[in-house]
Amino acid sequence: MEHITLLLGIVIVTALVFDFTNGFHDTANAMATTISTGALKPRTAVAMSAVLNLAGAFLSVEVARTISGGLINENGIRTEVIFAALVGAILWNLLTWLLGLPSSSSHALFGGLIGATLMSVGTSGVNGGVVVTKVLIPALAAPVVAGLAALLATRLTYRIGRRTDDRATAKGYRAGQIASAGLVSLAHGTNDAQKTMGVITLALVTGGVLAPGSNPPLWVIVSAGTAIALGTYLGGWRIIRTMGTGLTDLRPQQGFAAQTSAATVILASSHLGFSLSTTQSCSGAVMGAGLGRRGGTVRWSTAGRMFAAWGLTLPAAGVVAAGAEFLTGQGSWGVSVVAALLVVLSGAIWLAARRRPVDHTNVNETVTGEPGARTAPAVTPSPASAGDLSTTIPAPPGSTGEPARTARV
Amino acid sequence: MGMKIDWAALGSVFGVSLAATVGLVGLFTLGVVGLARHESATATTAGQGGAGTAGLARAGAYACFALCVAAVAYGIRLIVA
Repeated sequence: MEHITLLLGIVIVTALVFDFTNGFHDTANAMATTISTGALKPRTAVAMSAVLNLAGAFLSVEVARTISGGLINENGIRTEVIFAALVGAILWNLLTWLLGLPSSSSHALFGGLIGATLMSVGTSGVNGGVVVTKVLIPALAAPVVAGLAALLATRLTYRIGRRTDDRATAKGYRAGQIASAGLVSLAHGTNDAQKTMGVITLALVTGGVLAPGSNPPLWVIVSAGTAIALGTYLGGWRIIRTMGTGLTDLRPQQGFAAQTSAATVILASSHLGFSLSTTQSCSGAVMGAGLGRRGGTVRWSTAGRMFAAWGLTLPAAGVVAAGAEFLTGQGSWGVSVVAALLVVLSGAIWLAARRRPVDHTNVNETVTGEPGARTAPAVTPSPASAGDLSTTIPAPPGSTGEPARTARV
Repeated sequence: MGMKIDWAALGSVFGVSLAATVGLVGLFTLGVVGLARHESATATTAGQGGAGTAGLARAGAYACFALCVAAVAYGIRLIVA
């Protein structure tokens, strides 16, 4: 490790920061439904997910040989390009977290790599066709597949259990949800921690520290696994709230159907040769489960904002990364400026989030208010309008028993 | 611009996901409902007939859960392998 330059050091730290944001962005995928239906207490849920993410990082022996899956030409890629790509991906992850929108960390990284590569070497470095096959189609197909599976499964589970008391089955659904959520967490650890290991390894190769084709050193595996687990444990509560209670109101049966659909789609797709996007699968499964219950609704205004974020992820991360790459191309002062901007902008987003904090105490409130929305002291939500609460007033912190809240059993 | 979309793979992902999700959720629900029936049967009917139904419901439920556990184990194997 004696040959690690300052730039390489910065890239490694940035990659671990990305890994961390990846962890807290994606906690929702595994745990949002488990938390919103009360199957697990919020902190227990994120702790369990963190442990399984960490385990997943060590379990898989398959090394990520490519970080972009052929999206860009990685031969002769410059270390600065990787840095710029990570900056774009991190800032997009933080912005969507501030807005509480689930979006794909992989797509953010892809977008960053594409933008930085376009700025660095031009269109010859990017494989446009792969963008369609690896990003566009998987993102479009994932919510459809997972949503339909969750919808049918929800209908079936309600039909089979229609003459059974909810209280008698609650424990069973709880166990089922925890098992499915555990599988999603484990799969996430193996997939996404691998990605960061791939990024750091590629950076070490481009920096001349490792020979091309090397396996990641142990310290890379340990630090990547730890970063994603830490991020998962801190929990992106804002995104968990959107996915768990913002898109629809979930009951244990629906939570179980949604989580099982998500786990199945993730595992089936990654082993049948057509990877589908995890975030899109999980969000789609939640919406499908929402529509599957009689009288269940999806809050399309929230879903619409989420769809918009999905569409913007690649270009937005790409534009930021292209700008960052332009600066890093100016020399070491440019790299310093980009690093400083990353710290300042991340801090600003964090401060903005602190103004309306979401944590384990208020994660289950049925609120999807816009940032900066009014906070009314007295709230009287009418039960009749429970179909669309996204436009109503946020409940005061700590209030209990609001009518729209998911029934606990 | 090598744009080759593997529709067959996408189709099989679609079919397998749908079948596995619906199958597993159905199986698990049968188990959960079976156990609930077992509990109510033992609680309400103290007679011999009730005990027989209860035992059958419980055995069926455990069989369903065993299949679900096998599916989870297979899932873990897929992740680890």
